[in-house]
Amino acid sequence: MKMLCVCGLGQGTSLILRMNVEQACKELGISAEVDHTDVSSASGTPADYILTGNELAQSLQGHPAKMIIIDNYFDMGEIKAKLKQYFS
Amino acid sequence: MKFLQDELIELDADAGTPEEAIRAAGSLLTSLGAASAAYTEAMLDSYRERGPYFVIAPGIALPHAKAESGVFEAAVSFVRLRRPVAFGHRTNDPVDLVFALVSASGADHIAMLRKLTLLLNDPKRVEALRRAKRREDVRELFI
Repeated sequence: MKMLCVCGLGQGTSLILRMNVEQACKELGISAEVDHTDVSSASGTPADYILTGNELAQSLQGHPAKMIIIDNYFDMGEIKAKLKQYFS
Repeated sequence: MKFLQDELIELDADAGTPEEAIRAAGSLLTSLGAASAAYTEAMLDSYRERGPYFVIAPGIALPHAKAESGVFEAAVSFVRLRRPVAFGHRTNDPVDLVFALVSASGADHIAMLRKLTLLLNDPKRVEALRRAKRREDVRELFI
């Protein structure tokens, strides 16, 4: 099961989200492969879930993955709550 | 790697627009020789082209550009704005804490982001950042 964290350039903020998503998955016992990339590459990258901020979600509309919007990349509570919606 | 040394921290900066805020954080990097002036322009271009996606938490912006844009050394600068500025983000405006990121090699980059993430994951330490009176107060939060 693959999760893709997406930001504008694919080297900074998506990596931060990835670190926190990996930690959240560990704490929730979710087994997933978590990767990160930029918004242009994301459209060509298969994934089951895409995690990103609201600003870029529009550009990813056509992607078959389920979109999970994270407002605060530093809020482990928010990340875990949103993951739990799909994995409880 | 230059991570938030004194010369990379500015408290209570005056910036009226997102561009001024990004320029303030960028000029700290240029003065210390971590990145060229072109890197600051690249951060501004990125904001204009891709929008405020780097405002990833309420009040917190992490502008950055691609490494090819004129990077000399991995670094993070921090500017706290005297008055918060709207970047156009739907939920996380206005911004008062700006961290400009410069990445060089892969290992430095990950180490820097991890340090920053551990700090900013902690609401108490983010609050302390907002109340810090001196640069040492900011640096102490990262130990």
